[in-house]
Amino acid sequence: MHQGRKGQSRVQRDVTGPMPGESYLACPTCDVLYLEVPVPEGGRLRCDRCRTVLMTNRAGAMDRTLAAAFASLILLVIALFFPFLELSIAGVVRKASLLDAALAFADTLVAPLSIATTLLIIVLPMIRALALTYTLLPLRLGHPPAEGAGRAFRLAAHLRPWAMAEVFIIGVIVALVKIAGLASVTLGPAFWAMTALVLLVVIEAVSLDEWSIWQTLDRWRHR
Amino acid sequence: MVHMADTRPLAPPLTARAAGYVGCRTCGKATPMPAEICPRCGSTLHSRFPRSLQRVMAWLLVGLMAYIPANLLPMLVTTTLGRATPNTIVGGVIELVHYGEWEIALIVFAASVLIPVSKFCVILYLVWSIHRRSRLDVHRRIVLYEIVEFIGRWSMVDVFVVAILTALVHIGFIAAINPGPAALFFALSVAFTMLSAQALDPRLIWDTFEQDRAPNG
Ligand SMILES: [Zn+2]
Ligand SMILES: [Zn+2]
Repeated sequence: MHQGRKGQSRVQRDVTGPMPGESYLACPTCDVLYLEVPVPEGGRLRCDRCRTVLMTNRAGAMDRTLAAAFASLILLVIALFFPFLELSIAGVVRKASLLDAALAFADTLVAPLSIATTLLIIVLPMIRALALTYTLLPLRLGHPPAEGAGRAFRLAAHLRPWAMAEVFIIGVIVALVKIAGLASVTLGPAFWAMTALVLLVVIEAVSLDEWSIWQTLDRWRHR
Repeated sequence: MVHMADTRPLAPPLTARAAGYVGCRTCGKATPMPAEICPRCGSTLHSRFPRSLQRVMAWLLVGLMAYIPANLLPMLVTTTLGRATPNTIVGGVIELVHYGEWEIALIVFAASVLIPVSKFCVILYLVWSIHRRSRLDVHRRIVLYEIVEFIGRWSMVDVFVVAILTALVHIGFIAAINPGPAALFFALSVAFTMLSAQALDPRLIWDTFEQDRAPNG
């Protein structure tokens, strides 16, 4: 060993670091290992090295996540069945539902895009909201997790970047400005439902603490 | 009030890999090696994503290849009284500026040009820095990685603009708007670069610091 005292003590810690039987967490960004300790009420667990927030313990976080997921589900259904936009040029009226917008590319030369837009703005946000509700509702009611809750929750995590309802609404606003001079546009209930959805997406993103929910699911399994 | 929790790192920073553990990026649980499936959440475990940089570069390359026709071909074809005017992405931005819609022009420009181009550059820079085991600006590189991960999906805005315009302004009117082939290429480019960012394992950015540690880890 050519290391000084400091180096040797490092090696020591390496060997005696993790103890079998203890539970550990690893930072997803820099891989630093932590002993899994309960997060104090209102507190937050941050990685010492890279400052990534690992876990939080905010009162009512699960309630807010569940409420946001369930409300988005309702709003998406409203958005599907109510008129989205109404356009009138010189007395000719054209209505467009959300599905019309999603399927706009269907009879054009970029038809495959129809499938993609339908998935991104309707199907995936719905599946994600459903999966979150399915996972969180039983937990919130104090029941054991539903059958396949883990798989549903993992699916929700995977779908997060691909559920683009909030990106879509920005696109709608840009489009409205573009045709503002061409025609008069009436905004339907579906438009407002999608706009409210943006707020819910933000609430959900802030309050959802995935690692805590995984801990809870794990605890139930080991009962 | 925000309380800092007692994170109790096994100091000096001991990584899961050095301790013989595999960290799960989905649920956080560290499992002793060898382990393939996370016992807590069922995800496939990788101490580091296998062939991460190759996969990042492959997705980035197809993303770039799709981005070129996305900019050269028309995004929108507007037909007014039988006359068709094709418009590229940048053409659409210039048109908005002409109408004095600065804010909207800026949104479209940011979503369709600024974000994709800076995303290509940032991913290339990150891959290059990991490849040459750079130790510079680790925190800044992590921030760049997080921005790229977060912002990529917002590029899809222009595709949705085209979708709405197509749905609304259709045949039967004096004007008709149809999507051009660029819409497809652009959507593909956004999806490919999102997959590229997802293939990047941020833990690789920190790995150069592990060389300091004893090699028995
Ligand atoms: Zn970290
Ligand atoms: Zn896991």
